[in-house]
Amino acid sequence: MAADKQYRVVGTRPIRHDGVDKVTGEARYGADIHLPGMLHGKVLRSPHAHARILRIDTSKAEAHPDVKAVITGVDLPQVADKVQDLGEMVVNLKDESNRILATGKVLYEGHPVAALAAADPHTAEEALKLIDVEYEPLQPVLDVRKAMEPDAPILNPNQRTSGIGAGDGKPSNLARHFRHERGDIERGFAEADAVIEREFITSMIHQGYIELQNGTAHITPDGRLTIWCSSQGAFSIRDQVANICNIPLSMIKVVPMEIGGGFGGKTGVYLEPLAALLAKKSRKPVKMTMTRAEVLTATGPTSGSYIKCKIGAKKDGTLTAAHVELYYEAGAFPGSPVGAASGTCLAPFKLDNVRIDGYDIVVNKPKTGAYRAPGATNAAFATEGVVSELADQIGMDPIEFRQKNAVQQGDRRADGPLFSKIGHVETLEATAESPHWNEPLEPSSDPAKKRGRGVASGFWFNGAGAATASISVFADGTVSLIEGSADIGGHRASCAMIAAEVLCLNAEDVKPQVGDTDSIGYTSVTGGSSATHKTGWATHEAALKVKAEVVNRAAKMLEVDPDEIEYHDDATLSAASKPDAKLTFAQVAARANSTGGPIVGEAGLSTGGAGNAFGTTIVDVEVDVETGKVDILRCTTVQDVGKAIHPSYVEGQMQGGAVQGIGWALSEEYVYSGEGRLLNASLLDYRMPTTLDAPLIETIMVEVANPAHPYGVRGVGEVPIVPPVAAIAEAIYNATGVRMYQAPMNPAYVLSRIQGKA
Amino acid sequence: MKDIEYAAPRSLDEAAAILNERGSRARPLAGGTDIIVQVREGCRDIDILVDVKKIPELSAVQFNRDEGLTLGAAVPCYQIYNNAEVAQAYPGLIDAAILIGAAQIQGRASFGGNLCNASPAADTICPLIVHSAVCSIYGPDGSRAVPVEEFCSAPGQTVLKQGEFLVSIALPPPKPSAAGRYLRFIPRNEMDIAVAGAAAYVELENGMIGSARVALAAVAPTPLFVAEIGERLAGQDITDETLREAGEIARAAARPIDDMRGTVEHRKELCAVLTRRALKGAIERAQENA
Amino acid sequence: MAEKRRVQFIVNGDKAEVYCSPRESLLEALRDHLYLTGTKEGCNNGNCGACTVQLNDRIVDSCLVLAVECEGDEVLTVEGLAGENGLHPVQQAFLEHAALQCGVCTPGFLVASKALLDANPNPTEHELRYFLAGNLCRCTGYDKIVHAVMAAAQTIQENE
Ligand code: FES
Ligand code: FES
Repeated sequence: MAADKQYRVVGTRPIRHDGVDKVTGEARYGADIHLPGMLHGKVLRSPHAHARILRIDTSKAEAHPDVKAVITGVDLPQVADKVQDLGEMVVNLKDESNRILATGKVLYEGHPVAALAAADPHTAEEALKLIDVEYEPLQPVLDVRKAMEPDAPILNPNQRTSGIGAGDGKPSNLARHFRHERGDIERGFAEADAVIEREFITSMIHQGYIELQNGTAHITPDGRLTIWCSSQGAFSIRDQVANICNIPLSMIKVVPMEIGGGFGGKTGVYLEPLAALLAKKSRKPVKMTMTRAEVLTATGPTSGSYIKCKIGAKKDGTLTAAHVELYYEAGAFPGSPVGAASGTCLAPFKLDNVRIDGYDIVVNKPKTGAYRAPGATNAAFATEGVVSELADQIGMDPIEFRQKNAVQQGDRRADGPLFSKIGHVETLEATAESPHWNEPLEPSSDPAKKRGRGVASGFWFNGAGAATASISVFADGTVSLIEGSADIGGHRASCAMIAAEVLCLNAEDVKPQVGDTDSIGYTSVTGGSSATHKTGWATHEAALKVKAEVVNRAAKMLEVDPDEIEYHDDATLSAASKPDAKLTFAQVAARANSTGGPIVGEAGLSTGGAGNAFGTTIVDVEVDVETGKVDILRCTTVQDVGKAIHPSYVEGQMQGGAVQGIGWALSEEYVYSGEGRLLNASLLDYRMPTTLDAPLIETIMVEVANPAHPYGVRGVGEVPIVPPVAAIAEAIYNATGVRMYQAPMNPAYVLSRIQGKA
Repeated sequence: MKDIEYAAPRSLDEAAAILNERGSRARPLAGGTDIIVQVREGCRDIDILVDVKKIPELSAVQFNRDEGLTLGAAVPCYQIYNNAEVAQAYPGLIDAAILIGAAQIQGRASFGGNLCNASPAADTICPLIVHSAVCSIYGPDGSRAVPVEEFCSAPGQTVLKQGEFLVSIALPPPKPSAAGRYLRFIPRNEMDIAVAGAAAYVELENGMIGSARVALAAVAPTPLFVAEIGERLAGQDITDETLREAGEIARAAARPIDDMRGTVEHRKELCAVLTRRALKGAIERAQENA
Repeated sequence: MAEKRRVQFIVNGDKAEVYCSPRESLLEALRDHLYLTGTKEGCNNGNCGACTVQLNDRIVDSCLVLAVECEGDEVLTVEGLAGENGLHPVQQAFLEHAALQCGVCTPGFLVASKALLDANPNPTEHELRYFLAGNLCRCTGYDKIVHAVMAAAQTIQENE
């Protein structure tokens, strides 16, 4: 299933350019920095989920001979109440400042209250015990429904509800209530032969990147700040630090180190502003890294949620109406991904009568961050779950049911926008034809083990944005490529392939690297599945400029008009009037300095036209009906990937997303005590899938090219996490006959459902 | 991590002297897979780690079919399962050795360390109990022996007195028509702490159950030896009903708590299921071992 | 303060010496004293395998070993895998099979995979998954890692 156009390099599988460094240990990640005279910073965090800070006494820590700087909330400049767009999330700067270092109140366990720097990390950690903080503990609120009750403890007395219900003037934990509405749902439900209404609960969960958050800062006496860190976007980190620390952005250089996974969780700053302030105070470089417990308690996991979903269908399978209510935990400050959830939850279905209510609710948990298709997985668990139940009730095959209602180009998405070219129908067809769907699932010989198969679909918008790429030609006929997108999953190789495609070189002839914020133009974060779309496009434009200049130089060398030059697929150039004089790209490159100077091409652009992605997952499970344990036997993920630039890394995104979905479905959850303490802040008890918890993941790439992109690129990273939770719930139902309304579907829950107790 | 000292004595007496002098501020270090984490995370406040791996008695594995097995307290798991004779003689122990952590942990973690860590969820303790293993303890007053089922006194606490430490664990010689089995329940397939576990050891006589021992993990403050199951099973025919009854005794005996790893209800249910399955597994092995 | 100690050991075939306090782990000795930052920290308590190194004949989580315990020992890290003839077959296979995305888990997987193939040159998929269960990867879903290690096994056998 290939996008129509044939390419030389695009669509092949070269070895990634940064690969050797990453298999030899040469690649340098943020925590690998060592600077002369470097100090180590550590953060003192709140042990309470909700408390007033009555007093902070840092004098003992300051008196410690090895402690070189101590900071608290008062060291942060006052910032304005204004919003900043982080690509996948929009944040308020005042909240951000408060999140970086608390003043007045702490709002979640792990909320930073002070930081210090000392000669080595152990000394720094021990010295934290010398800081005295007096708290007045307050009642925490941890659940979205409780947070909305009239007598709930209020996190922020200045917060009023915006959107629907605004204006009663009372402080509220409900930050925003919005509604998308089309048609007439009452009439739609009346037309239905079957209406199903269910409630779903999902736990807060974490991105689980293996690399811990880190940041190292150095300030020169004239005030120039350099930050080394692992993030999804160096420019965004620069801008956030500039805003929070009130430093002109031109005084800050952010050097992107290799990043050990982000999945949305490394778009916001955590340690960088603290390291900068400590570096300023101590006049030494300061390195900070989090422990795993800090990462789990105090970075930005994704929202837990409570979702009510009601959908109606006719006997022939036509959907008639849907009403979805999405209640999302924002964490300590507003800004859950409930908006994205509302746009994704019904996107696969053609529907004329829809109402979607979104509620963004603060609770005493860490401020949520983006996580792979933010908000979409929770919502799909609910909507796809009800759709599966409807299909089952009217006796229709679940794929056929989805095909019957599938959106296509020109249809309206449930929350309003019109779809451009999309491949949902094609992915469903590929799913129905897949080997997995057509091979029967053999029952287990063990009577305690029941097997079942499930299927579900999902949607993600995908992203575009500002990006810059710069290509310089080397004298030996190879080129360097500097681009601005942080490379999380191998997109640097894709950009190099695009440059090679344009210039008719081999992928290996392009040397890509990610530039720092002083050496390459602005590039927005690697998020929303945008990097290959936007930076690939910028690379394409930069390469076209190089190509044009190479043509000019060849014309000069051959003494012909540039229009006469033909640039051949093998990177040779010729002119019809000079049939014997053929030039190679390398020959032109070698003469560059004498034919007009170094050859460079640069492009900065803001792309639009992100192509939406649809995916469908098929999964087979085996349920031990005596213990409630669920094992995944087989999993196939089918996705419209637009054009796969480097298919291996597209498959990798699909497989990685699927297995994260398996973790979400079965074993990952934030377990809080009643006081709001996270009880499982370790990778022992925050259970991400191991090698033994996932099968090989079959992938089917459906290539419906995105007509708005020069190569047909759609983002690929996010949608594969959307369907698995719902697909697994459906598979468990088909194995056991009981429906699942909670994620994770951990053994205790599954067993209690099987035994009819929950 | 707080500042700590390190000592690496080479003899039992040297170790006993340091441990006695430093009392509760000292702690032996074997594989370190628990104690290092506990000190680092501030859950055990001590001043000195006493590395016992350089003491010959703690690193030895001695086995012969007449006298049984003596397992040095610091012997890492991999040396147990890689020892073909031991693996063949005590498959019920190997069940535990291969599911503690993964390869990296098995390269360091020891049965002795697991025992002294005294977690109710420990994977080695129940199998040792059902194999009637005995701890050999050394201290300022010399040696003493304590059956494994009496070794743990509370979560994280043992009967070891000031200056005492575990030297080795002795198992009786393997018998024909007898075998053990350990099963644990975890939400993933690796790397978890048991939500519940059951170890069973069965000796068959004339195709019937001659004697049986069952112990349960993670359902009481210490690993729980359930003597009633042995009493109920002795002399019984092997039927599904007998095994089911054994499971019910286990369910009744279990005194679990609700925590983030499991609920009371789920753990009790698991005790019944795992006991039945572990007994069945032990019986099958014993039959093969006839 | 506990007295610092001098620890002499062999790292990737070369003599190495660190002067460290007893609370410092082998992982810290490698990264912060010897600047061998290829070995990564993902949890510092034995649950992720990012810090996997070979200590004498076994793989260990270097975050769970004190540096002072290593006097006289031999340590192999990811930096020591490639030899005179270039990359180790496991490294080559990870490249060819796209078995890394962010690459932060990769050093641990490579050291563990090499140890697996040294001990069991022809593992089944289950044996391989069992041996590597202490190494978490959040990016790949393990599929391509499994394929890469299988392929490396084959290459090693063909080269023999
Ligand atoms: S850092 Fe050592 S196992 Fe995770
Ligand atoms: S490649 Fe990123 S964690 Fe494995």
